[in-house]
Amino acid sequence: MSISIDILFKIAAIGILVTVLNQVLLNAGREEIAMMVTISGIVIVLLMVVNLISNLFNNVRNIFQLY
Amino acid sequence: MEIFQIVSIGLMATIIILMLRVQNPELATLVSIVAGIIIFMFVISKFSININSIIQMVSRSKLENIYVMTIFKVVGIAYIAEFASQICKDAGEEAIGKKIELGGKILIMNLSIPILAALMDLIFSIINDI
Repeated sequence: MSISIDILFKIAAIGILVTVLNQVLLNAGREEIAMMVTISGIVIVLLMVVNLISNLFNNVRNIFQLY
Repeated sequence: MEIFQIVSIGLMATIIILMLRVQNPELATLVSIVAGIIIFMFVISKFSININSIIQMVSRSKLENIYVMTIFKVVGIAYIAEFASQICKDAGEEAIGKKIELGGKILIMNLSIPILAALMDLIFSIINDI
């Protein structure tokens, strides 16, 4: 039942990448594409985190007999 | 020692969150959720062993099993509600966090009313005996 810590670094890397892309696109005057990049970064990270959250809920449910 | 792993995970997550919070606070919140889940998963395997031994102790005594199960359910609901409400509070949405806490409290009350009713039955039977 161990989760590797890799996912933290993955999220950090995605965050930094999104930030840099955002700055570059803003400087290039492409505000709408910068917005899209931000949103897609958030969606990608959310898809990664949703699995973890459902995992957490299942674990708590199993251990504390919550049904 | 596991505590050093937990502390290092927490510190690393804090630094990552501080890095991300200025530019995109949504990702910082997600990082804090993930860090909480990782630490919880880390600890829960040790905790489940304790739960099994507690259940064994209770089954050796003459207590009814359902009371201990209710306690475990209350602890689970309280943990989940606290987790979510703290994350909401961290993200600056204290009102939503308070609502989650209220929901958890009401559900816990729902679970614990039967125990209170049993206690009341006991008390009334004692009073009527006197």
